[in-house]
Amino acid sequence: MNPSEMTSNTQNMPLYKPQEPVFPRRVNGKFRTLKWWIMGVTLGIYYITPWIRFDRGPGMPDQAVLIDLAGRRFFMFWIEIWPHEFYFVAGLLIMAGIGLFLFTSAFGRVWCGYACPQTVWTDLFILVERWIDGDRNARIRLWQKKWTLDKILRRTVKYTLWLKIGLLTGGAWVFYFADAPTLALSLFNGTAPMVAWISIMVLTMTTFCFGGFMREQVCTYMCPWPRIQAAMMDEETLTIGYRFWRGEPRGKHQRREDNSGLGDCVDCSACVNVCPMGIDIRDGQQLECITCALCIDACDDVMRRLNRPRGLIDYLALSDQSREIAGGAPRPVWRHVLRPRTMVYTALWALIGIGLVYALFVRSEVEFTVAPVRNPVFVTLADGSLRNIYEFRLRNKTGMPVTFQLGVDSTVDDMQMLVNGVAGTTVTVAADSISVRRVYLDVPASSEATKQHVSQVIFWIDSNTDDDRHYVQSVFNGRERR
Amino acid sequence: MTGKHKDTYIKADQPVETTGHEWDGIKELNNPLPRWWLWTFYATIIWALGYMVVYPSWPLVEQATRGLFGYSSRGALEAEITRYSAANARSDAALVNGDLASIAASPELVNYAMSGGAALFRTYCAQCHGSGAAGARGYPNLLDDEWLWGGGIEDIYRTIRHGIREENDDNTRVSEMPAFAEVLEQDELADVRHYVLSLSGAPHNPSLVPSGARVYADNCASCHGETGQGDREFGAPSLVDAIWLYGGGQQNVADSIARGRKGMMPAWQTRLSESQIRQVSFYVHQLGGGE
Repeated sequence: MNPSEMTSNTQNMPLYKPQEPVFPRRVNGKFRTLKWWIMGVTLGIYYITPWIRFDRGPGMPDQAVLIDLAGRRFFMFWIEIWPHEFYFVAGLLIMAGIGLFLFTSAFGRVWCGYACPQTVWTDLFILVERWIDGDRNARIRLWQKKWTLDKILRRTVKYTLWLKIGLLTGGAWVFYFADAPTLALSLFNGTAPMVAWISIMVLTMTTFCFGGFMREQVCTYMCPWPRIQAAMMDEETLTIGYRFWRGEPRGKHQRREDNSGLGDCVDCSACVNVCPMGIDIRDGQQLECITCALCIDACDDVMRRLNRPRGLIDYLALSDQSREIAGGAPRPVWRHVLRPRTMVYTALWALIGIGLVYALFVRSEVEFTVAPVRNPVFVTLADGSLRNIYEFRLRNKTGMPVTFQLGVDSTVDDMQMLVNGVAGTTVTVAADSISVRRVYLDVPASSEATKQHVSQVIFWIDSNTDDDRHYVQSVFNGRERR
Repeated sequence: MTGKHKDTYIKADQPVETTGHEWDGIKELNNPLPRWWLWTFYATIIWALGYMVVYPSWPLVEQATRGLFGYSSRGALEAEITRYSAANARSDAALVNGDLASIAASPELVNYAMSGGAALFRTYCAQCHGSGAAGARGYPNLLDDEWLWGGGIEDIYRTIRHGIREENDDNTRVSEMPAFAEVLEQDELADVRHYVLSLSGAPHNPSLVPSGARVYADNCASCHGETGQGDREFGAPSLVDAIWLYGGGQQNVADSIARGRKGMMPAWQTRLSESQIRQVSFYVHQLGGGE
């Protein structure tokens, strides 16, 4: 940029600016239709999911999706995640992250424009607003008008409806963390726990403020994603763009006059009026643009009425710009989407997904881990024999009590195994719970193992749930220290 | 096609405002923040002022200002402890009223005594006996199967409750290993040392054993037993096993005989509740050597 193009006004320089109100106009078109569908599906999933029932047998919650924080269990249909299996959640989060990379490198901020809760709820709030106040021009007029009874009434109705949406949103959230029908009942008769009320209140107010008043401010100033996106996009990324080589010079086309000096853009401002971010896409890709594609719909509608080809504003890639200016046709979408970068992302995404699904299928209903006690490493017993202590963690993830038979394989002679708290080596673990047992390995003073550093041992368990014997390798520590 | 928008997406026809700050030709652009951001900042300041009024904040000479509702983290902790104590009252009553040996029969009580006992052990016992209960020189290892005063749960309970050689407790366990340096001659001390070491098969001089056995019978057998098996009545350790509280070998055994030993353990009944003592008793009993 040329320094002469910069101005500096140190005397009267505002460092802060008031929020400029945005009144997006209603628009129809294929992208708007797609967005209505996405809104319906995502909001439907969000509000309905906690109410889906799923029979898990007696004593278990019958809610299909439940995050049981107190019981430290995460239920999702037939999948039950215990705290030690949190890597499933971590894996899902990594998949979500890579998925975001994939979609951003292929289609720019498609997440922001279509699926982000901020966009979806703002769309819903604008829908209500349009219903109460009318479309863009009526809303501008109402905004400029003095506070008359009509305005007060309309504002009251609008805010009430917004609050109700907010309340439903916050209300649906808490149902993921407790049995939905029980909690709903306790909310109605006032016996619900304080944390439920606070969660609902906070989420109601954030939904109300973010959807009703903050809107584009959240995306532009609060969200970090717009700033991170730039690193994910390249010249092949399809983002919303303006074919200025076709549109410029813009100007009003006059009937019965020669408009040949003008481009296709009739400067009707339709793209600006429908923009929920209040920007002019003809200025090029910019930080504020969430690629919601409503300007494409608006412009296509105008072009259709002017009998011009659609796509003056369209999903464009930077790499096609010079080709199109030279008169070439844009390359097909798949050429932009299928390239090494997106394929690497897809491969990574799929690999983690396959890994998670595999882990889900091979994980056992019963598990055991062995932690050798290091404090102390060994205990000398009265008869001179050496004792090692191990902490066994027996997990029974089934809905029935499970009997575990514990054992040890070792080359050490005369090794004796004792299980604390039970006679013999059989331990019964109650349904859906963990039993921690101290297990002792005693080796007589005469054994070589007492003098050595470590001897290998292999613990095993049999359970009455399956025929497989599960093994865990460990060591027996002798007196020899290194 | 105009020059505008030719190769760049930057709005070339609009001058960009700068703040007037310039460093080596690099100018600072002015992209104004939204005003509500500023209001949010002011709101946090006002919130902080309210916070100072509601919660303890300003440190004064004696204590900080108390805040509108008299909140204190210590008070909150006390309230929480009271709440948990009330919740545990039923388990405590069952523990105190029941027979010690019957705790093991109730999974609920076992769970309660184990959790409580483990926490209490780490708080009150670990300083001497170690966090893993392996003890140290002079402080018995609680994981092994030798017990100076008995390893039944009733014995352990009494030891914890009344302590060992605790002056202020009438029911404490008392005994004393005298300092034999004042009683025996030098050669007698050496003889009895080699005899004692011979009992557990430790390295010793066999030629001194017969005379040592006579010294032992006269001076030591009354507490440690004819065969050195020890006596729990006096807390006298077995001399025939592999465990040495003060260390085995010539030097340590010589020290024990010459100077005597009288380890002390506090009586916990003055500091722990009956239920707590029972919890620790159960915990220690199940560590591995309980009888």
